[in-house]
Amino acid sequence: MTFLWGLLWGLAAVMFIAGGAVIGVWWERKVSARIQMRLGPQQIGPAGVLQMVADVPKLLFKEDIVPDNADKPIFRYAPMAVFAPIAMSVAVIPFWAGWAPLDSTVGMVFYLAFPSIGVLGILLSAWASHNTLATIGGMRAAAQMVSYEVPRSLAVLSVIILAGSLQPTEVMEAWQWWWVPLTFVGFLVYFIASIAEMNRGPFDLPEAESELVAGYFSDYSGFRWAIFMMGEYGALISASLFGAAVFLGGYRWLPGVAGLAVFLVLAMVLITAVMWIKWTFPRLRQDQLMTFCWTVLTPLAIVQVVVAGVVALWL
Amino acid sequence: MIEPQDTPTDQAAPVAPDLDCAPDVVMPEVIHEGDTTIVNIGPSHPSTHGVCRVIVELDGEIVKHAEPVIGHLHRGIEKMAENRTYLQVVPLTDRLDYVGSMYANWAYCRAVERLAGIRVPERAEYIRVIVCELQRIASHMMAIGPAGADTGATSAFMYTFWQRELVVDLFESLCGARLTYNYVRPGGVSFDLPDGWIEKCREFVAQHPAAMLEIDRFLFGNVIFRARTKGIGVLDADDAVSWGASGPVARGSGVDWDLRRDDPYSVYPRFDFSIPVGSNGDVYDRTRVRLWEAIESCRIISQALDGLAEFEPGTIKADGMPRLLAPRPGDAYDHIESARGSLGVYLVSDGSVRPYRMKVRSPAFSNLALLPLVSEGYTLSDLVVILGSLDPVFGEVDR
Repeated sequence: MTFLWGLLWGLAAVMFIAGGAVIGVWWERKVSARIQMRLGPQQIGPAGVLQMVADVPKLLFKEDIVPDNADKPIFRYAPMAVFAPIAMSVAVIPFWAGWAPLDSTVGMVFYLAFPSIGVLGILLSAWASHNTLATIGGMRAAAQMVSYEVPRSLAVLSVIILAGSLQPTEVMEAWQWWWVPLTFVGFLVYFIASIAEMNRGPFDLPEAESELVAGYFSDYSGFRWAIFMMGEYGALISASLFGAAVFLGGYRWLPGVAGLAVFLVLAMVLITAVMWIKWTFPRLRQDQLMTFCWTVLTPLAIVQVVVAGVVALWL
Repeated sequence: MIEPQDTPTDQAAPVAPDLDCAPDVVMPEVIHEGDTTIVNIGPSHPSTHGVCRVIVELDGEIVKHAEPVIGHLHRGIEKMAENRTYLQVVPLTDRLDYVGSMYANWAYCRAVERLAGIRVPERAEYIRVIVCELQRIASHMMAIGPAGADTGATSAFMYTFWQRELVVDLFESLCGARLTYNYVRPGGVSFDLPDGWIEKCREFVAQHPAAMLEIDRFLFGNVIFRARTKGIGVLDADDAVSWGASGPVARGSGVDWDLRRDDPYSVYPRFDFSIPVGSNGDVYDRTRVRLWEAIESCRIISQALDGLAEFEPGTIKADGMPRLLAPRPGDAYDHIESARGSLGVYLVSDGSVRPYRMKVRSPAFSNLALLPLVSEGYTLSDLVVILGSLDPVFGEVDR
């Protein structure tokens, strides 16, 4: 019975991410078109909403090409290794008072750990493609994601210290409105590091289209490619939901269903901000990216942890 | 006519001839110490700005050596010109620099006019200056925007393309074509300006500098773009001169050389304009020189549009042009300042109706030759930005 429930929840998480990704693609098209003086999808359905419906079958029916020189079993299953951890990370996000899909006592650590498992999938797909550009992309992704893990975790640590708990629902119960100004630097560090973690612009070096064609998923096509994209949008949605919850208060602003609405709106604002940044900024170079992580973000996150610790001593 | 070869069926099939006619690729001569990776960029790659293959020897991400392999777009245009009459060659020159067709048209026509001693009416010269300065804007938009796209700023790309689109619309109403115009002809231009064209052109020129200043803030003022392009791909002035670089690539390095001013042709001496010159010779300066040149082009166009009013409409072709030109035997060379540098055409006539020989001095070719020099020691990410800043158009490189 527990197994069946687990299966159902897993399915729900996949559907949540997949649906969110499809809406995210449409929304990104609209946002980028607005930024670039274009129209974006508008022909299919009102404001092009049915474009989402058209995109999915297109990807499903495309040919699934596996290169001759690829390490075929790994090549086939690496996309799952990218997608699965991201879908699982949604499980610990506190959506509702005292309720998260998986209310783990170490949920905060769980959340930080799972997206970084995705780097394994990226490395596998890069190496299995047997393509120099993909390999370079995979190496970049590994270096980048492992490094940005540090400031990101430190930033979340400040909230953990304030709440005195690793359980997301308890963190949310303990949340006070004045944590927002107090942990604002931590939130910025978390936000920037999350963009790097999900390989989006201006940190999209692993898939820099002008240099590496598409980086680690250059050789993927059809639905396997779609799984990578779902993983990318899933990471965006997951990181935005988590940030909106633990840093911005999520559902705590208003009681009842209105709280949930505020939570989702906050997450939506974060998602849009990420897209806005991507379509405005150029891309960093690898050495600049690493320098930024270790000399700007990490010290800032450490300062934030110290500040949070001192305040927590007073409480 | 080629007769079909009758191959005896009882014999074994003849061995297929070796059709591998690809150019001999020179692999990096020096094998560096330690582990290096050979990466092929292109010939089909998003940022080669055409069909160029670059063999890159990488140490980690550091470029040890970059070898451009050209010829993928070689169509033998110079040879084809020998089998066409002088007028029929003009559409071929469109296909040289397909981002700036007007320049190749004009350079070729100037060589023909010099060869045959044709005097072009002044109105036609003014129109040529106007369309070529518009072409400079259109072509530079194709260099500045992709400089953004190479670094990942795709929005800058869309903004500059919007401006290019306006120029291309003007050309479309002028001669019906959006890319290969076949507009400048020996002895003049093919059509006079249509009704209302001057007003549309003035509208464009009025809004363009503001749009360029917006790009200047949006792209060149961006902290990441500056970090990505300043001090990258540095070319010093001596190298620029000795490698034969010209145009914005040379001017970005501080070589103050522009044929419009230093070897004046057509009616350029009548206009007041300045030549933007960079100082550092990096990607940033090369690209920014193009931006200011586009603004200067607007000034030239405004003055030329004013000057155009003096001449009677319709006088756009030289008097007494024969249908078939047959210049007396001899040779002629003429060059103009294209968007990429000094574009020259050398023509030899043997007295017949066809050129005996045509040779194009391509600025894009000379500029691309600098790639190994300026990209060594920078990273793979920088390589595509540097390649973009040299602004090669492979129709002109390969010819």
